[in-house]
Amino acid sequence: MTSIDFTALSAKHTSDATRARLRKRYWAEVRLKAYGIIAIAFAAAALLLLGSTIVTKTLSVTHEYYLQLEPRIEASERDMERLTSDNPRLRANLRRPVSESLQAAVPGEISRRDGRALTGIVSANAGLELGDLAKADNSLVGQTVAFDALLDDNTQLYLRGAFGRPQPINSSETANVIVAEGQPVVVEVGPAALSEVFAVLRAERSFQAERAAAERDRQQNAVDVTIDQIGEASDPEQIALLERRLDAYERARDAAEARRTELRRQATVRREITFEMGEDDATLFINIGGGWLKAETVERERVTGAFLEPIPAGTYAEGSWQALMIERPEARRPISDRQVVWIENFDAQGKIVQKVNSRLLEASDSASAELAGIWGAIVGSFWTMVVTFSLAFPLGVMAAIYLEEFAPKNRVTDLIEVNINNLAAVPSIVFGLLGLAIFVAGVDITLFGTEITIGGFLPRSSPMAGGAVLALMTLPTIIIAGRASIRAVPPSIRDAALGLGASRLQTAVHHVLPLAMPGILTGSIIGMAQALGETAPLLLVGMNSFIQEPPGDPFSPGNVLPTLIYQWNSNSERLFDDKTAAAISVLLIFLVAMNALAVLLRKRFERRW
Amino acid sequence: MLPLTLLGIVLLSLVAFALCRGHALALAAGRQAALHSRPAYHGLYALLWVLLAGIGVFAALDIALSGLFDNLIRGRIDTRAPDLSPIQQSLVYSDAVKLITGGVVSTDDALRREIGALWASYNGWRIALVSAGGLVAAGIAFYRAWAQIALNFRARNRAERMLRGMLWTAATIAILTTLGIVLSLIGETLIFFQRIGWQVDAFLFGTTWSPLAGVSEGALDPTKVGAIPLFVGTLMITIIAMCVAVPVGLFAAIYLADFASAKTRSWAKPLLEILAGVPTVVYGYFAAITVAPALRDFGSAVGLSIASESALAAGVVMGIMIIPFISSLSDDVINSVPQSLRDGSYGLGATRAETVRKVVIPAALPGIVSACLLGTSRAIGETMIVVMAAGQGANMTFNPLDAVTTVTVQIVMLITGDTEADVAAAPAFTLGFTLFCVTLALNVVALRVVRRYREMYD
Repeated sequence: MTSIDFTALSAKHTSDATRARLRKRYWAEVRLKAYGIIAIAFAAAALLLLGSTIVTKTLSVTHEYYLQLEPRIEASERDMERLTSDNPRLRANLRRPVSESLQAAVPGEISRRDGRALTGIVSANAGLELGDLAKADNSLVGQTVAFDALLDDNTQLYLRGAFGRPQPINSSETANVIVAEGQPVVVEVGPAALSEVFAVLRAERSFQAERAAAERDRQQNAVDVTIDQIGEASDPEQIALLERRLDAYERARDAAEARRTELRRQATVRREITFEMGEDDATLFINIGGGWLKAETVERERVTGAFLEPIPAGTYAEGSWQALMIERPEARRPISDRQVVWIENFDAQGKIVQKVNSRLLEASDSASAELAGIWGAIVGSFWTMVVTFSLAFPLGVMAAIYLEEFAPKNRVTDLIEVNINNLAAVPSIVFGLLGLAIFVAGVDITLFGTEITIGGFLPRSSPMAGGAVLALMTLPTIIIAGRASIRAVPPSIRDAALGLGASRLQTAVHHVLPLAMPGILTGSIIGMAQALGETAPLLLVGMNSFIQEPPGDPFSPGNVLPTLIYQWNSNSERLFDDKTAAAISVLLIFLVAMNALAVLLRKRFERRW
Repeated sequence: MLPLTLLGIVLLSLVAFALCRGHALALAAGRQAALHSRPAYHGLYALLWVLLAGIGVFAALDIALSGLFDNLIRGRIDTRAPDLSPIQQSLVYSDAVKLITGGVVSTDDALRREIGALWASYNGWRIALVSAGGLVAAGIAFYRAWAQIALNFRARNRAERMLRGMLWTAATIAILTTLGIVLSLIGETLIFFQRIGWQVDAFLFGTTWSPLAGVSEGALDPTKVGAIPLFVGTLMITIIAMCVAVPVGLFAAIYLADFASAKTRSWAKPLLEILAGVPTVVYGYFAAITVAPALRDFGSAVGLSIASESALAAGVVMGIMIIPFISSLSDDVINSVPQSLRDGSYGLGATRAETVRKVVIPAALPGIVSACLLGTSRAIGETMIVVMAAGQGANMTFNPLDAVTTVTVQIVMLITGDTEADVAAAPAFTLGFTLFCVTLALNVVALRVVRRYREMYD
């Protein structure tokens, strides 16, 4: 028998090499653990980012802005007819009183073009809403009433700061306003007052210079390419054409270079300099009381410009005047400087009020972002779900009962099972194509020489068609859930029923099904929640149409929440972005409620045998 | 009118139930045991017959007569105005119907009025015949069921056989759906290939996709229906998605199964499930509004030009969508590896990480591979994220920072665009058929992998 040298063996476990190896092995463990934590943190971060995007955007549209006006309601004969009619669909658009009251609310005469810009800050719907007010109480006609006019979507975005509002900059000096007939207005200020403005303008110039440089490089590249082409070309006519083109490229390059040099100079030179404020520049305002001046040229100690609202000439002490700046150039925002001044003055007078945005839930879709709401889509979703449930639930439960309680073990049963499992994994858009072909358009088949159309019995865009497609998609989910919960009912229940003389159908319907029902319902609710969020197949059966009325029945055209979200998201009006988030929030609330109901059902009624 | 008839048939069936039940009771004359079946089963038997016969005849007549009258009207339009194109003829048809039912018509002329009158008379006939046929059939069925009632009539067995037939029919809907998918897709696919002169290779290997550009006289331009750019785009977005989803999903599953405390599991698992419950349209919004602009700004900050509809943004968000799919499927298979295997590994001195890497993962590999394949199939078929965040133009590029388009995007664009449905449907359904085949193959392979390589324990 060989003896074991335990000292040597234990030394083996304490040697440096072993220690290093052990460290490495444990380090690998730490690493694997860290990967797992990072993975979960990534998922959590994604969820958090998704949630916060939606919540912040939703919160930004919980309120909408109104402008308090005092229009005198005057109605033409045609309007009067509508105002006195009993038909609620006949609405009078009292556009004129609204725009007149707007003009009365701003000082001074307004040109026709400015008048349009002024009317543009309130919603096009304001006239209709004033009409509704007058329709509810006809005695208001001819009187001056207090009326809150809904603001246009871009005005609302402006008020929320989407394009930047005028930011006050350093104005710690006195300002001297000089007004001369036929001359631009001059405001003289102390040297420190405009330093911030210069910083912003220089940064802007330097950015524009970079863009000009990029443009120059692009043109230079075109020049190089064209020179190569001329070298390769042989046809004299083509060479002439290319040379003309080369000439144009060279001129464009030189122009860009000249522009770049000038911009660069303005960006760097610190001596006396005059900035011309063009369309691509930030806007500088001088605001004194309700009077506004928009700067056209800026020098170190003086600003030249034109009044948007007049300021009396004179000297203004520190604190009584303000220089304000909007960094985004006028050309790149939908609200012009003229409109900014009106809106800021209204806001300073306290005429702009916020109200809870109940319109979002009560109105249906609209082309104007400020008017659009989700009620029509909620109704459409409701009808679609009703159709889906009333088709998929009975069929699913029946199929589940058959497969678990009656199906013989044969080819057909196997085929059915394979089919159900495969259908659960078919992409939803394929179901959309199926629905389009079979339910909506119909398939043309030539039989015995005559062409007949199979299917095509459901109207396009209707909740009926959408619901039928979703029912086919939900069916596998319900069947699989139904089979699982029927299987969970212990055989003893069946044996007892059969032993007492019940038929197999009676056993299944009277005894097994009631016990399996909570499980089936749970599965069905989860399937319905998936169907509620489904979009792609519904796009294909036309449920993304622009529909301004909630569907009254499952056969009239409608859309659903997910397709409305898709439509709004593809709309270019910016307010729709935020309203989309609000629609998503509502959809998510429904989904959470349905899943909570499923969890509750499971907790309350699920029995373990 | 027709819904009223249906309601009438349903009411008749209820009446049949009540009358037949009463008749059976009367026959028994107070001794219910004399009846083979309980009275309610006699009623049920009658009810089922009335419903089946009434609704069956109703539906059959409606389909047959609609088809017949439709053909007659089209024939009449064709004889009246033979020089109109088929599209104009259907316009005449739809206008004529609108003249009668009230609707906005494109033009109003003598032909349309004549066809409208014809349609109105046919429609009246159809409604009358269908209603009469349905009700008469229901009545006959009622009479037969009534006549059959006798003391020893096996009403329960007969009614149950009918009900079982109905259960069987419900179960076969799954087969019918698959058949419907295949038939509706194949029909248009054949039309598509016919229109490009059966050059299947032009579709499978062509590199220019612009199917609506070369349409003339019902034939498509075979040089413009190459789907390779779509396949490349789909593949690229799928690969990006899987690059996000597989590592994150897998590591999360491993951590949750073998390292995390019960407390961590209790919040981390629902968190992943929430990701699974978010509708895809919401992910699409997230990709389009948050991720894509963020990536573009990041790109311009570091001097990369990233398209605002880049494959990267759509792919990453799609990956996030698939994480819970991979993690929950992998979690299941990792958990199903028996504890005894782990204990054996620990007993030999392996650390937990070594056990996971050398014992658990190899044992769970078939399941994990199958989860990845199913995830891939999901990514390929996913629509909303790419429709909202990926490009629409078919660029042939391998750069993930550029805009690419996918098969699903093109299907949606073709069907929801304003081109004639007749022209746009063929390429769209062909793409759909390709998609169906690929995802089906992936699913079948995924199931095969599990079945073939699964380790059997116990």
